[in-house]
Amino acid sequence: MGTFITFPELLLWLPLLSGIICFFIKDIKIVKAIAFAGSLLVLGIALISLLYTAKGYLTYNAVNYLWLQNLGTSFYISLDGAGRILTLLTAVSFPLIFLSTYKNNYKNAGAFFGLLMLAECGLMGVFVAKDALVFYFFWELALIPVYFLCSIWGSEKRIQATFKFFVYTFLGSLLMLTGIIYVYLHTGPRVFEDAVVSLHSFSLQSFYTATLSEREQSWLFWLFFIAFAIKMPVFPFHTWQPDTYDQSPTPVTMVLSGLMVKMGLFGVIKWLIPIFPLAVPKFTNIVMILCIAGIIYASCIALLQNNLKKLVAYSSIAHIGLMCAAIFAMNEMSLQGIMIQMFSHGINIIGLWIVVEMIEQKTGVKNMSELGGVAQKAPALTIMLVIIAFANIALPLTNAFVGEFMMFAGIYQHNVWMAAVAGIGIILAAVYTLNMIQKVFYGNTNEITATVTDISFPQKLALGLIVAMIFTFGIYPQPMINLAKEAVAGLVVS
Amino acid sequence: MNNVLQIVWLIPLLPLIGFLITGVFRNNLSRGASGFIASAAIFGSFALSVFVFFQVKAGNTFVAHYFNLFKIESLTVPLEFKIDQLSTLFLLIITGVGFLIHVYSTSYMHEEIAKDFSKYFCYLNLFVFSMLLLVMGGNYVIMFFGWEGVGLCSYLLIGFWFKNNDYTNAAKKAFIMNRIGDLGFLLGLFWLISIIGTVSYDEVFSASSLARLSTTDITGITLLFFVGACGKSAQIPLYTWLPDAMAGPTPVSALIHAATMVTAGIYMIARSNILYSMAPATQNVVAIIGLTTAIVAATIAIKQNDIKKVLAYSTVSQLGYMFLGLGVGAYTGAVFHVMTHAFFKALLFLGAGSVIHAMGGEQDMRNMGGLKKYMSITNITFLLGCIAIAGMPPFSGFFSKDEILAGAFAKSPLLWGIGIAGAMMTAFYMFRLYAMTFLGKFRGTHDQEHHLHESPKAITFPLIVLAILAVVGGWVGIPEIFMHGGHKLSAFLAPVFAQSNAIAVKHEISHSAEFLIMGVSVLLSLLSLLFGLKVFSNYKRENEVPATGLARVLENKWYVDEIYDKVITQPLQALAAFFNNVIEKKGIDGLVNGTGKFVNYGSRQLRRLQSGQVGAYILLMVIGMLLLFIIQLFIKN
Repeated sequence: MGTFITFPELLLWLPLLSGIICFFIKDIKIVKAIAFAGSLLVLGIALISLLYTAKGYLTYNAVNYLWLQNLGTSFYISLDGAGRILTLLTAVSFPLIFLSTYKNNYKNAGAFFGLLMLAECGLMGVFVAKDALVFYFFWELALIPVYFLCSIWGSEKRIQATFKFFVYTFLGSLLMLTGIIYVYLHTGPRVFEDAVVSLHSFSLQSFYTATLSEREQSWLFWLFFIAFAIKMPVFPFHTWQPDTYDQSPTPVTMVLSGLMVKMGLFGVIKWLIPIFPLAVPKFTNIVMILCIAGIIYASCIALLQNNLKKLVAYSSIAHIGLMCAAIFAMNEMSLQGIMIQMFSHGINIIGLWIVVEMIEQKTGVKNMSELGGVAQKAPALTIMLVIIAFANIALPLTNAFVGEFMMFAGIYQHNVWMAAVAGIGIILAAVYTLNMIQKVFYGNTNEITATVTDISFPQKLALGLIVAMIFTFGIYPQPMINLAKEAVAGLVVS
Repeated sequence: MNNVLQIVWLIPLLPLIGFLITGVFRNNLSRGASGFIASAAIFGSFALSVFVFFQVKAGNTFVAHYFNLFKIESLTVPLEFKIDQLSTLFLLIITGVGFLIHVYSTSYMHEEIAKDFSKYFCYLNLFVFSMLLLVMGGNYVIMFFGWEGVGLCSYLLIGFWFKNNDYTNAAKKAFIMNRIGDLGFLLGLFWLISIIGTVSYDEVFSASSLARLSTTDITGITLLFFVGACGKSAQIPLYTWLPDAMAGPTPVSALIHAATMVTAGIYMIARSNILYSMAPATQNVVAIIGLTTAIVAATIAIKQNDIKKVLAYSTVSQLGYMFLGLGVGAYTGAVFHVMTHAFFKALLFLGAGSVIHAMGGEQDMRNMGGLKKYMSITNITFLLGCIAIAGMPPFSGFFSKDEILAGAFAKSPLLWGIGIAGAMMTAFYMFRLYAMTFLGKFRGTHDQEHHLHESPKAITFPLIVLAILAVVGGWVGIPEIFMHGGHKLSAFLAPVFAQSNAIAVKHEISHSAEFLIMGVSVLLSLLSLLFGLKVFSNYKRENEVPATGLARVLENKWYVDEIYDKVITQPLQALAAFFNNVIEKKGIDGLVNGTGKFVNYGSRQLRRLQSGQVGAYILLMVIGMLLLFIIQLFIKN
């Protein structure tokens, strides 16, 4: 314990602290400033930790506190691999979310921003946890604020949407908890300073070495997978998602779609595949078929959507399906692809939501058939959207291309036909994306869109930063690839 | 080694800079300034391309490496440019014709407000940048970057006048059809990667890599690549976007949808020629699809009345000839035709633009006629273009088309025979177009007649330059039978196709046969040319009778769009509706909501147990205990 404080701790405590402060402040301006400053500090820490790690100082990246020793758990957190990419994404996303919604006013703002910061703390915790109880604790900590945010600040059908969301995720959490306890009971004893302190252990490492028969692994696999699949969501566990995205306040939708879906993917990478090595090969194809069927299914439904938010929601289901399939293809190419894509997808979808939110604010509608001609009124917004939309369908030189290219190449190496069918999703994505651009932005203005004004400065800044990231990682993705290298190496099945 | 060609990155960089300047400052630049910046950028690239050409001609070919786009253990994709004879030729065409079309556009787009004018040039520069990436890239991934980039620019430019819904529909259609092709390209690429783990041309085409590919692999990969080529180069079954793409401004049609982008598929196959030469099955498919497209598109062109639509179908048809050339192994002929076609088709489109400009936006040839009198430069240059595309010697189209047809004859006289029929139709519809537009009496309104004028210099200058090229451009490829060593282009391109030529089965045709097929082709084309002229030089709208039978089918473009709608679009919509209404809402959501309702219902029933009456609780307790006893009894036994 030679270090004063470590990076993962800062990533957890800073959002928590600023969140708690937010709760006690009435003035909305100060609340916004505190939340924004807190999220910027977190981003700063995340970047500094990258710098330190690049220089080889690894000691600041992990900490292990004793905690509930008799249970065999400890507060063990560390920054590495996939977790590092996702903490970075979380750290980058929150300032963007606050920036783009700077002009929005929420009643009881202290609680609103406080809960959002708590969710950030929860997310960070999920991505750094190296102990199953800690993981589960933060998993719930990330979710609970979302229930409140959606059910208090959402739009008119929020109660139904939240209820559905709650039923789904609660079921998932329950299954996972059951699974965690079962695996825990089959881990070896926990040893500390040459003395056995508990019969079993919750540490991730001991989960990896738990003695489980193939049969046990098989059903445990599904307990964990369903929990993660609901979170992503993967077909057919997805129907909470379009309603929740539609009804939640936009910052919450951004957190849900950009970041919380990554909890599911991260769970599969860190807490599913390495724990159940005997079960994974058995179910790889079933899971991949589900994912790929989901791509086609969600893309088809996206074709029919008139509601902008639901269109983005279904498009996201299709993207996540591809990412999940890429994880299970488990070769170097597909895994590297998903590591980059997790980051890119988060950035791009937040960009899409910013645009959708602006359109809804300026016109009061989210049905595409009522819109049109926005390009004439808001050229800057249109340019940003077109760039983000094309990044979303993975055009080369945008950030999503390299990731999708590698994921597809990886899936191809696993199974040719899966890649071909998933590829149809690429075509359908172009169809619904271009439909959306055409209906909302092109054509002539009508009475609803005639008064639309172009974007304000904070929004322009947020979108500008997103566009900058789209091109930076589109042209030079290597840094992101290097970050993911070790995480990938541990997973590749040769 | 410090090769001077290391600086080729400047060639795409200039249009990229032009794109950024005209894009970022679109609100501040005057029309003159943005037109100048964009044109100057392309001219700079052209000058550099000429320099590169002389380097290559002197034997200096080079692959310039810069940095790795991405590198993982199983695949490295560097940013590299391959400068050889093939890419240099395309560089010259793209930047040369591109520059002329930029100049032309400065006048043609003059009615746009300054902001849109800048936007237009910004897109046009981005297009040239992408096209340059496509042909210069040293591996398939860079090619794919350019491939998608040109598709994007094509989308943006077709929908340039985005207030019109038909135009944005056309733009969408182009992009989506291209994406279907792209999927083929990508799958082919993944196949290639999964076997040889590299995408760089030099490594893919090396003997050791080729040895690792089985016949199935090569056939599959080349077929998938060809699907991509069908999308980009508008071949059956993915050609219907190109005629619709005429919604874009006419110079765009000239540059993107005639001279450059649509030849990307030909470039791709020419670049991968060794793979195709090793896959005879694919070659046959390419030849047959190419020839069928050439014929089908030509038949449609005969019955179109929109001047740009005729040219569009003509482009599809000519691209079909190029694929025929590739399919029969006449790679040089196909690339040669790309070049001459770029000259005369750009000329024809720009001429048509000049006509449309003079007619105040009118595109229907039935309302034209007699324009010869008013627009002498446009008339002469257009006529030269028509003769060139009809394949009359010694115009450029003659040499390149003859080389493809000779290649087809060597493979099978049947292919040649059908090809000749297409050539006859080409001569016919081109002179129908010429006669309806320039000959006879003017059939438009009075206002239009009053407005008729020759176009300004910025429009006529490119026409004249292209007309000269359309006439003399073929002289770099004079067949051996006329002049020994006359085929300079073939000699120049020889290193690119050396591998293919080494394994190709040679079908030599005798000199007398070659003269004969050439003579037959010229004679038949000439006849149908004169026939077209005769029938349409005194075209009168009144004489037109409603079309019946085949003519009606042709007028409706073989009903292909309608068939696609019925066979693909509508079933897809139905499937989507089924997913949405049945599975999503009734199925999955029904289950979830049903669970919710069940819990609700169940708890309402259970609530009744909590009545608060102690007697009821005791009763239940007794029942429970009894049950436990019974269960224990059973377990013990």
